[in-house]
Amino acid sequence: MDSLSGGLTSSQKDELMDQVKQQIAVANAQELLTKMTEKCFKKCIAKPGTSLDSSEQKCVVMCMDRYMDAWNSIAKTYTARLQKERNNISGNL
Amino acid sequence: MTDFGSDSFGSNSDSSKTDKELQQFLMVEKQKAQFNAQIHEFNDFCWDKCVDKPSSKLDSKTETCLVNCVDRFIDVSLLITNRFAQLLQKHG
Repeated sequence: MDSLSGGLTSSQKDELMDQVKQQIAVANAQELLTKMTEKCFKKCIAKPGTSLDSSEQKCVVMCMDRYMDAWNSIAKTYTARLQKERNNISGNL
Repeated sequence: MTDFGSDSFGSNSDSSKTDKELQQFLMVEKQKAQFNAQIHEFNDFCWDKCVDKPSSKLDSKTETCLVNCVDRFIDVSLLITNRFAQLLQKHG
């Protein structure tokens, strides 16, 4: 059978689409979490001591917030650039 | 295979309509995922280039650096792609 949906009912189809969306969202969050941990560990823990001291904790908290700021800033820039390039292409046709 | 949708309602087009919808849906989600992956990658190396010590706010110097980092990376990518295509045309 070549059919992708193989005779799914419409509610089964909606459920499938929701599942796909959710799995993508989870994967995205995991990626962000992994990257943030790696980057903030690098920035904030110069010499790993016997415990995570309060200045290190403060640094990690700020680092997390800034990492997400940077993410948003980059998403905005990239979106604008894609739009610009798309306009260039349609302008040249 | 027991197939409720198409046979019992006598319309094969039901199933192909669902197919089209799903294909469309997956294409859009794939593009969104690629967009996100690209931002993760940008954030990865632009963070290393631009952010010094994390402070209580993203200062304007850092923000400008991030914006430039993304735009210049795309410039380099376009330049290399175009020149590579030219080289292929000439010698390929």
